[in-house]
Amino acid sequence: MRREIPLGITIFVGFLAIISFFCPPIEGLGEDFTLFFDIIAVFAFFLGGGNLVRIHASKLIKHKADWAYSIVTLVGFFVMLAVGLFKIGNPGGISASLTAPGSLFSILYMNLHLPLGSTMYALLAFYVASASYRAFRAKNLEATVLLVAAFIILLGSTPFGQMLTFWMPDSLDLLEIPNLAVWIMSSPNLAGQRAIMIGIGLGVVSMSLRLILGIERTYLGEDRG
Amino acid sequence: MGNIGVILMLVLIGGGLLWLFIRALRGREVDRRVVFAFILVSVALPLLLTITFEMKPTPVVEALYDRIDSLPSGSRILISFDFDPPMAPEVQPMADVITRHVLAKGHKAIFMTLWATGQSQFNVTLQDVIRADFPEKVEGVDWVNLGYKAGNEGVLNVIRTDFKKMFPTDVNTIPWDSIPILRGIRSCSDFELVISVGGGKPGVKEWVLFVGDPTGVPTAGGVAAVVAPMLYPYYPRQMCGILGGIKAAAEYEDHFRKNYPVFSDMKTPALVMMGPQTVAHVVILAFIVIGNVLFFVARRKEVRR
Repeated sequence: MRREIPLGITIFVGFLAIISFFCPPIEGLGEDFTLFFDIIAVFAFFLGGGNLVRIHASKLIKHKADWAYSIVTLVGFFVMLAVGLFKIGNPGGISASLTAPGSLFSILYMNLHLPLGSTMYALLAFYVASASYRAFRAKNLEATVLLVAAFIILLGSTPFGQMLTFWMPDSLDLLEIPNLAVWIMSSPNLAGQRAIMIGIGLGVVSMSLRLILGIERTYLGEDRG
Repeated sequence: MGNIGVILMLVLIGGGLLWLFIRALRGREVDRRVVFAFILVSVALPLLLTITFEMKPTPVVEALYDRIDSLPSGSRILISFDFDPPMAPEVQPMADVITRHVLAKGHKAIFMTLWATGQSQFNVTLQDVIRADFPEKVEGVDWVNLGYKAGNEGVLNVIRTDFKKMFPTDVNTIPWDSIPILRGIRSCSDFELVISVGGGKPGVKEWVLFVGDPTGVPTAGGVAAVVAPMLYPYYPRQMCGILGGIKAAAEYEDHFRKNYPVFSDMKTPALVMMGPQTVAHVVILAFIVIGNVLFFVARRKEVRR
């Protein structure tokens, strides 16, 4: 029964979702099932939070490598959880919006989460530069095509590209670097993206059918029967 | 003083790159710490010296600008803040300038988010744009924030036909029926334009697939530069405009402030960021050239052996 019940739920909900999309009278039923997702998501939040605490507490207690960072993780998690759940430092009290400007949650978010998140993303610039230096080499024809395309896109995404070709006559407008960059994005890139999207679409349809028909069962976990 | 600073910066970076180029001709590799140092200098100095450029809007950016500008005043536009702090430096300026344009044109703005962090990102726009530039605009009449709902594509699936079912109240728990701006709105089809600002999932692509395409409501988006190539297949039939990366945001800012002189002194974070982006891109291009010089020098040596 541990396998049959989840399998039955998947088949029932899967078919209902498909039918409700094509059959307007039961469209509302499909929407109701979508709303159930919110309820399931609440349990996922508990599971995720619990897992985070379990892993980092174990790392801390056993003094595993880099255990000190787990203190930061756990303190950050519990402080934000307490401030969010009990609306500590909320000017409007328990009924007001948690993220309203001036609330403690908002202050912590703006002054810690926002700059830390932006910093992490900004570090990418260093790795992109280092990777470009090492990877973009004209080793063969394909690599050279990629190199030239990258060169034009990089130049086209700055005003410098515009400055380099501003002298071109209007009749050669297409050869201006920003326009060349747009052409690469809207022609060769478009063709490649469409091919990928069609492939993904077909894959999603076949995988969904396998799930709904009960052929694909790996999501149920290991078969011990 | 500013010009001298810019010249000194260009001499410093240009001289350093030339020195590395000469070394590369002799077959000497560049240590990655040197690459990092160049990127640090090429990002930090233009920021400190505040280098800005004139921007010409590309057609995909201009298309969104024209769409907002051509709608009759009072049109209802849905703006979804679907991003988090790591994406914020690139897409927050888009959200700010689009909101400014929508309100300046006299449209009604309805805000929401599919990301838990989007609610706090909206507060940045609330402080920097709505409260700062439009103090006369009334919440609930000229704009409203519906807040965050968990459920990703599921949320879009529901609001496509019944908005109130998913958002019975706004973020301040005011019931849907008591909010004047929402009167007459039943589903996404009742908006004149839907704009999603984000770069992850759920984001612009999901808005196109679950709302824009099935309902036919014009949809546009602003995303990080790395995501923009994935949206081009939807332009221009399923999307009426794409802002891809900080350059697109800068183009929009420049175009907007030129056409709305009242806002000529507005904050232009994207235009400010174009300085570091331009210098850093040129430095990366120079390193690609140096890398290829090294590659061909090494190959020539191999052939000789």
